[in-house]
Amino acid sequence: MAIPSDIPTTFLLGRLDWHAIPADPIVWVTGVVVAIGGAWLMWMLIKHRLLGYLWHEWFTSVDHKKIGIMYVVLALVMFVRGFADAIMMRLQQVLAFNGSEGYLNAHHYDQIFSAHGVIMIFFVAMPFVTGLMNFVVPLQIGARDVSFPFLNNFSFWMTVGGAVLVMMSLFVGEFAQTGWLAFPPLSGIGYSPYVGVDYYIWGLQVAGVGTTLSGINLLVTIIKMRAPGMTMMRMPIFTWTALCTNILIVASFPVLTATLVLLSLDRYVGTNFFTNDLGGNAMMYVNLIWIWGHPEVYILILPLFGVYSEVVATFTGKRLFGYTSMVYATVCITILSYLVWLHHFFTMGSGASVNSFFGITTMIISVPTGAKIFNWLFTMYRSRIRFELPMMWTIAFMLTFVIGGMTGVLLAVPPADFVLHNSLFLVAHFHNVIIGGVLFGLFAAVYYWWPKAFGFRLDPFWGKVSFWFWVVGFWVAFAPLYILGLMGVTRRVRVFDDPSLQIWFGIAAFGAVLIAIGIAAMFIQFGVSIRNRDALRDETGDPWDGRTLEWATSSPPPAYNFAFTPVSHGLDAWWDMKRFGQTRPRATYVPIHMPKNTGAGVIIAGLATVCGFALVWYIWWLAALSFAGVVIASIVHTFNYARDYHIPAEEVRETEDARDRQLASVGA
Amino acid sequence: MTHPFKRLCWLSPLLPLAGCEAVVLRPSGDIAARQAHLLVQSTLLMLIIIVPVMALTVWFAWRYRASNRKATYNPDWDHSTKLELVIWAIPLLIIVCLGALTWVGTHLLDPYRPLDRISAETPVDNRQPLQVQVVAMDWKWLFIYPEQGVAAVNELAVPVDRPVEFTLTSTSVMNAFYIPAMAGMIYAMPGMQTTLHGVFNEAGEYQGLASHYSGHGFSGMRFKARALDDAGFDAWVAQAQAGGEALDRARYLNLEKPSENVPPMTFAQVDPQLFSRVVNMCVEEGRMCMAEMMALDAQGGLGLPGIANVAALSDPGRGTPRPVLGLPPFQVSGICTVEELDRMLASAPAAPQPRDPSPLRGRGLDAPQGILGLGLIPNRLTQSVPQVGAEQNL
Repeated sequence: MAIPSDIPTTFLLGRLDWHAIPADPIVWVTGVVVAIGGAWLMWMLIKHRLLGYLWHEWFTSVDHKKIGIMYVVLALVMFVRGFADAIMMRLQQVLAFNGSEGYLNAHHYDQIFSAHGVIMIFFVAMPFVTGLMNFVVPLQIGARDVSFPFLNNFSFWMTVGGAVLVMMSLFVGEFAQTGWLAFPPLSGIGYSPYVGVDYYIWGLQVAGVGTTLSGINLLVTIIKMRAPGMTMMRMPIFTWTALCTNILIVASFPVLTATLVLLSLDRYVGTNFFTNDLGGNAMMYVNLIWIWGHPEVYILILPLFGVYSEVVATFTGKRLFGYTSMVYATVCITILSYLVWLHHFFTMGSGASVNSFFGITTMIISVPTGAKIFNWLFTMYRSRIRFELPMMWTIAFMLTFVIGGMTGVLLAVPPADFVLHNSLFLVAHFHNVIIGGVLFGLFAAVYYWWPKAFGFRLDPFWGKVSFWFWVVGFWVAFAPLYILGLMGVTRRVRVFDDPSLQIWFGIAAFGAVLIAIGIAAMFIQFGVSIRNRDALRDETGDPWDGRTLEWATSSPPPAYNFAFTPVSHGLDAWWDMKRFGQTRPRATYVPIHMPKNTGAGVIIAGLATVCGFALVWYIWWLAALSFAGVVIASIVHTFNYARDYHIPAEEVRETEDARDRQLASVGA
Repeated sequence: MTHPFKRLCWLSPLLPLAGCEAVVLRPSGDIAARQAHLLVQSTLLMLIIIVPVMALTVWFAWRYRASNRKATYNPDWDHSTKLELVIWAIPLLIIVCLGALTWVGTHLLDPYRPLDRISAETPVDNRQPLQVQVVAMDWKWLFIYPEQGVAAVNELAVPVDRPVEFTLTSTSVMNAFYIPAMAGMIYAMPGMQTTLHGVFNEAGEYQGLASHYSGHGFSGMRFKARALDDAGFDAWVAQAQAGGEALDRARYLNLEKPSENVPPMTFAQVDPQLFSRVVNMCVEEGRMCMAEMMALDAQGGLGLPGIANVAALSDPGRGTPRPVLGLPPFQVSGICTVEELDRMLASAPAAPQPRDPSPLRGRGLDAPQGILGLGLIPNRLTQSVPQVGAEQNL
C-alpha cells in the first residue's frame, strides 16, 4: 500500500488522518480480536471489582517484588506479539516460492521483521531480565527494597509506555520498515517519511529512560544495600552478574539515547548528522548504535549466566565450582564487551588490521565465557543432580549455547564473516545464543523463582511438555537457517526464486509450530498450576534446598522481606545458616520503615507516552502540553512528603508468628 | 586446499543433511574458496573444545544424577587451581591459534587487496584486473565497465580466470553486494566508495544478490553473474556496444528512480565521469561535487559568501529530506569551471598501486607517512582527490 509522501498537517491532529488506518485485512482482524479481548478483560476486571485492587496493590506499588512480577508479565505479553510476528515471517518465507508473492506485501513484511527484532530485544528480553533482577537482587542481598523505590515504579511504567507506543503503531499508522536498528539513510526522513521510524524512535526513547533509571537504581542497590557481612566476594553470583549488567546499562544506554536524539534531529529539524548530503555520515550512526548494541548483548546474557550458576549450584547440591574465577570472568566480559562493536560491520570496508583487531577481541571474550561453561561442568562433577525443570533448562542451555558460541566465534573471523554476514547463518547464530542462552535462562529462572514469588510450584508435567517442544522446536526451526546461510541465502528477503530452498523453510516453519506448542504448554502450565496451587504449595519457603538468602524468607516473602536484616558470614549464606542450624531471630520486633505507594509513576510515564505519541504525529500543542505536564507532575511529586510509613511491630509479629506456624505444620 | 567442501562432508555435525548444495562451502571463485577454507579450519579448531564439553555435559548429567547412589558425592569441593588453570588455558591456546589464523587470513583476504593468485594452481598474470564499477540503486544493480565503455543493469558478465576489481557505491541507501560463489560481500554506501577483488575459476551462471536490506524492493534486487570465457566476454561486450542506448547523466537520473524486479538491460556508451559523479553526489546539473566541497573546506571554506551559494534542489526526487521543522530542501551550487571539474573527477585512483606481497599488511590501510605515520592520510572514501594546483583556482 502506498502512503502519500506529503500528508498535510493540521494544527489539531498533526498528520493524523484517515491514512493512519492500515489498509490491511490482517491488521483489521487483529485489531478486532485485540479489541474484543481487551473489552472482555476490562469487563471481567470491573465485574470482579479488581480495578481498584490492581491500582492500589500493583500499579502504584513501589514493592520491588511486585514491580519485578509486572515486568515479567509485560515481557510475556510482548513475547506473544513478537512470536506472532515470527510465525508470520516463517509462513511468508515458506509460501513465497515459484512466482508466488506470499501473503504479505513488502510494506507489511518489512514492518514485521523490524517489529519482531525491536519487540523481542527491547520489550521482551529487557523487561524480563530487568524484572528478574528487580525481584531477586534485593532478596539475595538481604535488603527490604531497592534504593529508590519510586524510581523503580516510574522506570517500569516508562517501559510500558514504550511498549504501548510500539503496539499502537500496529493499528494507528505504521511501524518502521528499516530493520531493528534503523540504519540511516533508510531511516532518514527522505526515505522513511511517514510515522514508522518516529514510532521506533519515541518508543525506544520513552522505554530507554526507564531502562537507564532502573539500571542506576539496581546499581546503587547492590553497592549500598547489601546485608552486613556481605562483602563483594560474598555476593551471590546472580547479584554479581546483575551488578555487571547494570554497569553496562548505565554506561551504554545513554549512547543509544544520544544516537536516537541525533537521528530525530535529522528527521525533525533537518540537521545532517547521518544524511547523505551536506557532510552527514551514516557510518557514524552504525558505529554509535553498535557501541550501544554490543554491550546490550551482554546486558541480556550476563544475568542469565548468573541464573545458571545459581540453578546448577542448587540442583547439584554442591558449591559452585570456581566462584572467584566466575566473578573475574564476568568482569572480563563486562570490560571486553566495549571493545568489539566493529565486528557487526566488518563488511563495511574497514581495513584488514582494524577488522583483525576487532575479530580477535571478539574471540577473546569466548575465553571467560568458556571458563564459565567449564565451571558449571565441574560443579556437576561429583554432585547429586536433581533434574527439576530449572536444571533441565540449564543442561539444554549448555548443549545449545556452545554451538551458538562456536558459530559466534566463526563469525568473528572476518574472512568467514565476509561470506556469512547478513546471511541466515547469522540469523541462526543470534537466535541460537538469544534463545539458547537468554530465553532458556529466563525459563529456568521462572521455574526456579516462581515458588518464591507466588508460594506454589509450577506443574512439572506441562513444564516438561513445554521444555521438550521448545528445545526440539528450537533446533528444528534454526538448524535449517544455518544450512540456508551456507547456501548463500541472506536475511530479510521476502520472495525467493530458487525452489530448492523451499524445503528448508518448510522445516523451519515446522520448528516454529513446535515452539508455538511449547509456548502454549507453558501458558497451560501457568493455568493448571494456579488451579492446583494448594497441592503445589511451598510452605517452607525453600522448596529447592537453596543456598542464597532469598530462600531464608517465606514464599511469597512479606512486604518487608526480612523481619531482621540477615547477616552474611560467607558465600551461600542460607546454606551455611541451615548447616549450622541457625534459627530465625525472634527478638522484640520493631516497626519497619517502608516506602509508600504512589500513583506519580503511572501519571508521569503516561504523560511521557502521550508526548511521544504527539511527537510521532506532529501534534505540537499536545506534545508541548504533555511535556509541560511531565515537568509539572515531577515537581509536584517532589512536594509529596507522605512517602513512607511504618509497618507496626505488632503486624510484624503476627506475620512472623504465622510463618512459625506454617513452618511447624510441615515439620521444618 | 581448493576443496574445503570435501573435508566438510565428514564434518557434518554442523550440517546434518545439506552440505552438498552449500555454495558458500563449494564456491567457484578462489577468494570465496579460501574464505570457506578458513571457515572450515576455524570450525575444526573450535570443535577440539566444543565436542569434549558437550560430551562431558551429557556424561556428567547422566553419571551424577541424584538416583545414582554409586557416584561419588563431594558437596564442598569447589576449587582446584590445576583445573582452573586448564579451563582458562585451553580455550586461550585455541584462541591464540585462531587469532593468528585470523590476522593472517584477514590480511590475505582483505577485499581491498589485489589478488595474488588466480587459483591455487595459477599465479596471477600480468593482465590488469577487469574494472567494474558497481552502483546500488533502488532496487537494481548498475554495473559500469569503464574500459569497455558499456554498462549493464542487473546482469554482470566477467571473464573466467581474470581478476575483477569492483569499486562500489550507492545512490540512495546502504546496500551490500554479494556473489556467494565468487567472494565475500562488501557494502555499497552513498557518498562513499568501497572496493572488492574477486575472480571466477569456473564458467557458469551464478546468483548475485543484495545482502543488506534497503527498502521495499530489496527482495527483487538479484542478478545473474555470468562467468564467460574470454571470447564469450568479448562477444558480450560487443553485443552491448552494438545494441544498447547511451548512459549519460540524464539517463542515469531517470534510471535511478525506484523500480522493482528490473529485467537485465545494457547500455552502449557510458559517460566516463558518471561513476565519479555518483560517488561525489553531483550527477544532477549544478550541484557541487563532494570533492570540490572538500577541496574548498581544506582551503578554509567559502566563509560568509558560502551561505548564499545555495539553490533550490534541481531534482528533488525520492530521498530528499523534507523535515517538518527544517529548511526546504536545497543544494550547494558548484562553482568550479567545467575544466576544473573534469580534472578533479578524472584524477581517479591514478596508477594501480603495486601489490604488497607481505601477508600482514593489506591494501585497506595506507602505508604510514611521516614520523609515526602522522602525515596527511588521503581520504579513501572518495575517489577524487583534487589535483595539486587545482586549489589555486578555487
